[in-house]
Amino acid sequence: MTEHSYNFAYLDEQTKRMIRRAILKGVAVPGYQVPFASREMPMPYGWGTGGVQVTAACLTPDDTLKVIDQGADDTTNAVSIRKFFQRTAGVAVTEATTEASIIQTRHRIPETALSAGQILVYQVPIPEPLRFLEPRETETRKMHELEEYGLMHVKLYEDIARHGTIATAYAYPVKVEGRYVMDPSPIPKFDNPKLSNSPALQLFGAGREQRIYAVPPFTTVVSLDFDDHPFQPTKAPHDCDLCGASESYLDEVITDDQGGRMFVCSDTDFCQTRRASGHIGALGVPVSEGDAA
Amino acid sequence: MTPEALLGGFSDAPTQSSFAFRAALEILSRPGEIRALTGATPPAPLSIAAGALLLTLCDGTTPVHLAGAHDCAVLRDWITFHCGAPLVSAEQATFAVGTWHELHPVTRFAIGQPDYPDRSATLIVEMADLQQSDARLIGPGIAGFTLLSLPELAAFQANRALFPLGFDCFFTSGTRAAGLPRSTFVEAC
Amino acid sequence: MYVAVKGGEKAIDNAHAWLAEERRGDVTVAELSLPQIREQLALAVNRVMAEGSLYDPDLAALAIKQARGDLIEAIFLIRAYRTTLPRLGASCPVDTARMAVVRRISATFKDLPGGQVLGPTFDYTHRLLDFKLAAEGEVPAAAMAPTDLADVPHVTEFLNRDGMIEVEPGGNATPPDLTREPMELPASRALRLQAIARGDEGFILSMAYSTQRGYGRTHAFVGELRIGTVAVEMDIPELGFAVEIGEMELTECETVNQFKGSKTEPPQFTRGYGLVFGQTERKAIAMSLVDRALRWAELGEDFTGAPAQDEEFVLMHADNVQATGFLEHIKLPHYVDFQSELELVRRLRSEALAAQEAAE
Repeated sequence: MTEHSYNFAYLDEQTKRMIRRAILKGVAVPGYQVPFASREMPMPYGWGTGGVQVTAACLTPDDTLKVIDQGADDTTNAVSIRKFFQRTAGVAVTEATTEASIIQTRHRIPETALSAGQILVYQVPIPEPLRFLEPRETETRKMHELEEYGLMHVKLYEDIARHGTIATAYAYPVKVEGRYVMDPSPIPKFDNPKLSNSPALQLFGAGREQRIYAVPPFTTVVSLDFDDHPFQPTKAPHDCDLCGASESYLDEVITDDQGGRMFVCSDTDFCQTRRASGHIGALGVPVSEGDAA
Repeated sequence: MTPEALLGGFSDAPTQSSFAFRAALEILSRPGEIRALTGATPPAPLSIAAGALLLTLCDGTTPVHLAGAHDCAVLRDWITFHCGAPLVSAEQATFAVGTWHELHPVTRFAIGQPDYPDRSATLIVEMADLQQSDARLIGPGIAGFTLLSLPELAAFQANRALFPLGFDCFFTSGTRAAGLPRSTFVEAC
Repeated sequence: MYVAVKGGEKAIDNAHAWLAEERRGDVTVAELSLPQIREQLALAVNRVMAEGSLYDPDLAALAIKQARGDLIEAIFLIRAYRTTLPRLGASCPVDTARMAVVRRISATFKDLPGGQVLGPTFDYTHRLLDFKLAAEGEVPAAAMAPTDLADVPHVTEFLNRDGMIEVEPGGNATPPDLTREPMELPASRALRLQAIARGDEGFILSMAYSTQRGYGRTHAFVGELRIGTVAVEMDIPELGFAVEIGEMELTECETVNQFKGSKTEPPQFTRGYGLVFGQTERKAIAMSLVDRALRWAELGEDFTGAPAQDEEFVLMHADNVQATGFLEHIKLPHYVDFQSELELVRRLRSEALAAQEAAE
């Protein structure tokens, strides 16, 4: 049931046209941040206003929407955004990655491989990968124009000199189609390989910073590294304690004040699907029992 | 204003433009794909697909250039009435509509600035026919290669050489459309 | 046994219900009405209108009530509502020289045409808590002066006559609209003024204060500060002339600043400008100081590295709705990024400890 006092998917048509034009230019120039006149949304900046505007501009009444935060469908902000689109667009929603046509995400790429026809919309806080090296937009814009990314390599190299490794664990910078250095949003670097050559279209929205960018399907996305220090995606060296998965990204949960902890999949749909098909981790229980609790 | 200029817009803009945009997004994201683009019934010579694109993407903030036979009273009125877009010369256009022949020389169109490559024109190229044949497309959005019946090769190769600058294209024929962003490499089969 | 936390939706609904109850407070105390807020907390209403960029005292009062008096939250409510409103047209520029002033002071001339009008100001109140207000706030009516309907010319116009102050040429160019176009730097003065006018009062105040203390000093005098109502007119093409569609209260400040002169310009005074909705004179004065500090490049002055001279710094950080959203978003879950850092630090520590042991 949509709320009829607002337009379909909340935004007015003129605003949607403006965002749609920015998305198309983003697709045409992969990895380049297109400025757009981000609107004030009825939720705070920093809470996904960019992603929400991109999703609103892409949604059709036929879509099935999934919203995740930290990989989970049931985190409060994911619940809130999902509810917003149920109210304003009346679209179907799902927690199943495979059933969704549009997935809005904060900080994760789903574990389940995406397919053609799906759109993954990222919420982005700071879209400029060079921002923490050079705070001025006027300067970073010039660097992108001139493909002058030496500063980034110097930073990564200084990490190696000091720590013996690149000390960036999330929002790990990538280069798109050999041209633009791009911030993949604060996903763990474990997720970086999934950015490249995905059959799905990936759109990035930064509301407060007024930028939209895109990685089209089947686009080469390379995590920056050095020949002698190749990029390595990492995760906690454990299996999921609920479903036993060894290849998924894990959240650490503190279970008591004696140092007890367990590791569980951050992707709740992935974990649930595995448990439903009979996989049980070291501390897990069969799925029906867990649901009843 | 001609009476037929008042007709042929979207009857349910929020819904119809959402479907039209998704189709436009799909075809620009996957060069070589051909999709239906409907909802508009513009006066001739504008195709249904080109009409739907204009209604979905253009408004008072996007100068439109009508090329050749498309620069006629009824279409000027139709765009003014339904989109409110100012009609301008090729050099000033954000969107341009015409046959490939009418749009030539395409070097007139905005290709963006080195610091703002997004400030470039989008060409809506009206085609007699649209087939997955003739030219081989390689690049972002394409697994391996795809085929598309482009009107020529040289202009698109020259456009690709400008990357990240360059114009972007939609090809329209009746209710069907395909996309070709500046990022695509094109070659003969 | 561990079961992942569920029930986000229920938690949110319950939080909202609790919030509504807290907003109302003790139900044995009479509820605030919007007219009470509008009339008796008028300066809060003005600030919400100014920074919300929407001139509607009733809506601002509603926002203040809904936000429990949190003015930034109220500004946010107004902004989010404003975004959804259709644009029916643009008014003609308001003519502040024809303002019906309730307050008009100049710090540069002892007397001048139009006179010094102190108006309803806190300026010379002794800041002593008035305990009478705690009991009842009825006040005797203030004395009335005969109304003078003559226009009150701007102080800078007097200086202009002798070429003593820079000329601000008028223009018909449509100014950019910060709320409809992405911010582009370097910004025009019109865009800067727009951003400062809706910028956070506290931020603009601090920036202005920093210029007074020497971080980009501009030697400002308040040439004139005026508060009053102006007519808002709109051109109606069908009529062929402008009609008045309403009036609004504005505060305008123009500073007169020193200028050494340049190769092409003999020494003359320069201007800083502030214009804000409602009676908001702290903001208007601060705005004019920051405006003047940001004009260093066009006036051929040196960039001294002062924050108030730094256009990108000022414009990108002045908006309190942007700032509060991003600041507060760090309370959202960051399990995933934190986990990636935990692993990294654990690995770096174990490598460092291993290296230490090997050395020993």
